[in-house]
Amino acid sequence: MKYIDGFRDAGAAAALRGDIASLAEKLENYERRIGIMEVCGSHTMAIARCGIREMLPDNIELISGPGCPVCVTEPGYIDAAVELANRGVIIASFGDMIRVRGSGMSLADCRARGGTVEVCYSPTAALNLAAAHPDREVVFLAIGFETTIPPVISLAASAAKRGLGNLSLLTAFKLVPPALAALLADPELAIDAFLCPAHVSAIIGSRPYLPFTGESGVPCVIAGFEPLDILLAVRAILGQILRGEAELDNQYSRVVKPEGNLRAQALMAEYLEPVNAVWRGLGTLPDSGLGLRPVYAAFDAEKKLDLDIRPGEEDPRCLCGEVIKGKSRPPDCPLFAAGCSPEHAVGPCMVSSEGTCAAYFKYLRNKV
Amino acid sequence: MCLAVPMEIVQVGEDGSGVAALEGSRTAVDLSLIDNPACGDFVIIHAGFAIEKLDREEADERIRMFEELGRSYVEEHP
Repeated sequence: MKYIDGFRDAGAAAALRGDIASLAEKLENYERRIGIMEVCGSHTMAIARCGIREMLPDNIELISGPGCPVCVTEPGYIDAAVELANRGVIIASFGDMIRVRGSGMSLADCRARGGTVEVCYSPTAALNLAAAHPDREVVFLAIGFETTIPPVISLAASAAKRGLGNLSLLTAFKLVPPALAALLADPELAIDAFLCPAHVSAIIGSRPYLPFTGESGVPCVIAGFEPLDILLAVRAILGQILRGEAELDNQYSRVVKPEGNLRAQALMAEYLEPVNAVWRGLGTLPDSGLGLRPVYAAFDAEKKLDLDIRPGEEDPRCLCGEVIKGKSRPPDCPLFAAGCSPEHAVGPCMVSSEGTCAAYFKYLRNKV
Repeated sequence: MCLAVPMEIVQVGEDGSGVAALEGSRTAVDLSLIDNPACGDFVIIHAGFAIEKLDREEADERIRMFEELGRSYVEEHP
């Protein structure tokens, strides 16, 4: 199929590897190993699955940042969802969230003990649940970055249209640009460039990355998920670093427009407003999340069901917080492949299909 | 969660519903986030929603660039 095969040409990959090697050689005397951070779970997985790291010279490092919305969700949120399930609420959720542990149990544990927890590929499945169970409240676990927010928030409009008064959202929506700002400002992180997310960018456009470029910024290159997309982006980044540039470069222009998806943005603006959000690993970042506007409080599970969401507790041995920030690599964690695996995960980075630890475990375990 | 491969719209229904296909496999998708969805458009699907159209001219241009890159490499490294 043209729009798959065309982006996987082996000759082109070899050519790009050669270009990257030449550029990396010219950067041998750079002050340190060049750190390119990606902040998209799908990039994390594509890089690991295609062996991109193995293709790069030693002085170039691809660092996985907070690209997985499941991984950055604070354990107190899971505890709140468990509490709701224990009250008889039907919990509807994307699959990855089910196996993440809160301070105690996960939603999967809760389901094993009689809680009603339903996995949804698409948020629209929650509408059918609410219609099928008019006597019970259905709460959708509304986590996600900007790619996921418009599909989830459209639930509110659809529920209103269908007259479903028993559906609400437990929101923990998060925004990527504030996380980029926090990461760039962290003196312990040596980020020389951002490999910007593909489909978050499809929604928000390329313009939101401009503040991270320029004199005090770094090269920001938006890339698709195909191996050639990623290699091309790395080549573009190294070229910029060599020329002393820090520009925005949209290398996924076949999907990402400068202004993004205005229809999706309008939907988000209608229902949601900026809120402070707590990120596992990063702490509280101001205006880094989106919450339901007061006029839509009827869809806000936290208010509707009188929930008191408190900070949860993390396993002290788990290094997910450091991995999320890119300060530790999964093998640095004492639990990696030694008690923590995708089948028996301690932390969210191993549970999630887009988690950094899961990517390392599946594709890199024997190479570290 | 992101289906990175574009799918082709084969049916546009009312109220934002639709069907997309990839190599004969069809799936229901929500098209309400897309302006003027039409059969024959390629879209990016995420969590059952089309989140953006593929710009086929840009995609074709990018594929041509990769093909040229590959051809040059093979010529230089027989």
